[in-house]
Amino acid sequence: MREATTPWERLRRVLFTVGPGALWLVLFILIPTLIMFVASLMSRGSLGQLVPPFGLHNYLRFFSDPLFIEIIGRSLWIGFWSTVFIMLLGYPLAFYIAQSRYKEVLLLLVVIPFFTNFLIRVYAWIVVFQKEGLLNGLITAFGLPPAELLPSTFAVYVATVYTYLPFFVLPLYAAVERIDWSQLEAAYDLGARPIRAFWEAIFPQTVPGLFAGFLLVFIPAVGTFVIADLLGGGKVTLVGNLIQLQFGSAQNWAFGSAASMVLMAMVLLGLWLYARTQGEKGLDKLV
Amino acid sequence: MEPTLFRSRRERKLGEHIAVRLEGVTKRFGDQVVVDNVNLEIRDGEFFSLLGPSGCGKTTLLRMIAGFDTPDAGRIIIGGKDMTQVPPYLRPVNTVFQNYALFPHMTVEQNIAFGLRMKKMPRDQIAQRVQWALELINLPGYEKRRTDQMSGGQRQRIALARALVNEPEVLLLDEPLSALDLKLRQELRIDLMNLQERLGITFIFVTHDQEEALVMSDRIAVMNKGRIEQLGPTEEIYELPKTAFVAKFIGDSNLIPAQAIEPRKVRTALGEFVLDDEDALVPGQEVLLSIRPEKIRLFREKPNLPNLFRAKVDDIIYTGSENQYVLVAGGQRLMCETLNQDIQEPGHEEFTYDEEVWVAFTPEKLVVIQDTASGSNPYA
Repeated sequence: MREATTPWERLRRVLFTVGPGALWLVLFILIPTLIMFVASLMSRGSLGQLVPPFGLHNYLRFFSDPLFIEIIGRSLWIGFWSTVFIMLLGYPLAFYIAQSRYKEVLLLLVVIPFFTNFLIRVYAWIVVFQKEGLLNGLITAFGLPPAELLPSTFAVYVATVYTYLPFFVLPLYAAVERIDWSQLEAAYDLGARPIRAFWEAIFPQTVPGLFAGFLLVFIPAVGTFVIADLLGGGKVTLVGNLIQLQFGSAQNWAFGSAASMVLMAMVLLGLWLYARTQGEKGLDKLV
Repeated sequence: MEPTLFRSRRERKLGEHIAVRLEGVTKRFGDQVVVDNVNLEIRDGEFFSLLGPSGCGKTTLLRMIAGFDTPDAGRIIIGGKDMTQVPPYLRPVNTVFQNYALFPHMTVEQNIAFGLRMKKMPRDQIAQRVQWALELINLPGYEKRRTDQMSGGQRQRIALARALVNEPEVLLLDEPLSALDLKLRQELRIDLMNLQERLGITFIFVTHDQEEALVMSDRIAVMNKGRIEQLGPTEEIYELPKTAFVAKFIGDSNLIPAQAIEPRKVRTALGEFVLDDEDALVPGQEVLLSIRPEKIRLFREKPNLPNLFRAKVDDIIYTGSENQYVLVAGGQRLMCETLNQDIQEPGHEEFTYDEEVWVAFTPEKLVVIQDTASGSNPYA
């Protein structure tokens, strides 16, 4: 390749290669985030518009009200446990798929739910959980009294696990698929019993996939509002519901923006911790 | 045991004890018999090779000795104990894998220390043993390296060190050199032989490379279709093949169909040949004669030798150190190799295309193969 001679030529080359991506990031990530940050520092007008004065009052309100702290806490709690359940289900599942003869079919089955709109899939759970739904039909068929499954935290957990499981399984599968299984035999050969062999020879190689899957699941699970809205009724309010409410019926965009910024700060904190523990390469693996 | 005709290549004294004994070992995958009733005794301190084409069952046999596969029938006895059902982590053997199977998330040091750590050896002792192993493979100072930063030859040696550091009774090597280039392979052959001699550990070496097996082994078992075709000291395998398969698979061989007309005389398309004393035949018996290309003698002038016939030089292949002649006689093609010594004396002449030459089969060099059942093409 010819060396770029003039600064202008070099600039043009940079614009051609990095330009479109950078433009996309600036237009759809950076500017909206800045707008939201500015909005979070403003106040609600009488008609719900954004007006001065500027200040940290929205943040102060958020952190001084135990209700909001509880909502954030509940979001983290449900998000965390959903992620734990997803990991417990998804970890063996990824291994099962990777060693299966039918792995193409199984992978397709994991991906198939994405062919249907997310909202519709959540509605489908209503059909399962409602009073005359599939699950209660099964329960009453055994002569048991019908259960009150909707709205419930249980339903929220089930739907969250269902929704985000593929996001965990796919990156982990990619990590598992690359593993050379003769390493497990090598570990046996060197005197490691099966559990020890797996733990020492195979598990460390899945850690990057595990972290990637964890973040890919935990972040949206904490921020979700549709699942809690539809399946949790008024019982389960998450930070996502709060934000939706502020931008919707409460007409307080300023406070909604502040809540969004808090959520984003928590997620970035998580990513930062991840990068710290996994090194810079960790983030590459994530992407 | 029947007396062997040839002594071990390196004329080494092998232990009296049996390191590994296989009794009627059989393994099926589905309805395919991969290892078919194999009986074998490998002696203490022996460099033993399992040689055969891919799919002959040699790797499966090795995996059963390692404990990764369990035989469907038969027993595997290691160090005098029945280990047939013993899991690999309790067997006194270690394996060098074909693809090395080094742990990519560990340093060189951690890889080598793995087996010792599993044995709960104290740390300072482990460090000493790892040092010893690194010196053994000539890679001191590489402790902290990551294995993916190393060359194929280096990784192969680390795999060797990782296995040897555990002082196994038997070391199993599954085509450990096959992924390396020729020069490196030739170097590592010598290294492996020296290591084995120094440590006195029994080596069971699986390979499809006949030269590798010939260079390194005390004894070779040639395998084909799940069975041992021939088992014996290295020279015996080469000089006295018992089946057409062995004759063709180990080195090159000319196979000539023949019929016995006297106990020591056969008739072939090339003429009648007298045989060496050892091979008494029943007149009328159908056999194969095997003669190695380098053992055929060519002359311009008719020599005073037995088993003479005329042949035409059909092709000449010049390989530098050798002249290979493709001869045609009696409708048969014969491969013949002569050293390129550049001297024109009887028995050393160089010949030209289409030249009619005298061919002599020295009776002792004609090997009679009575087992004509196994196909002449080892790759069929």
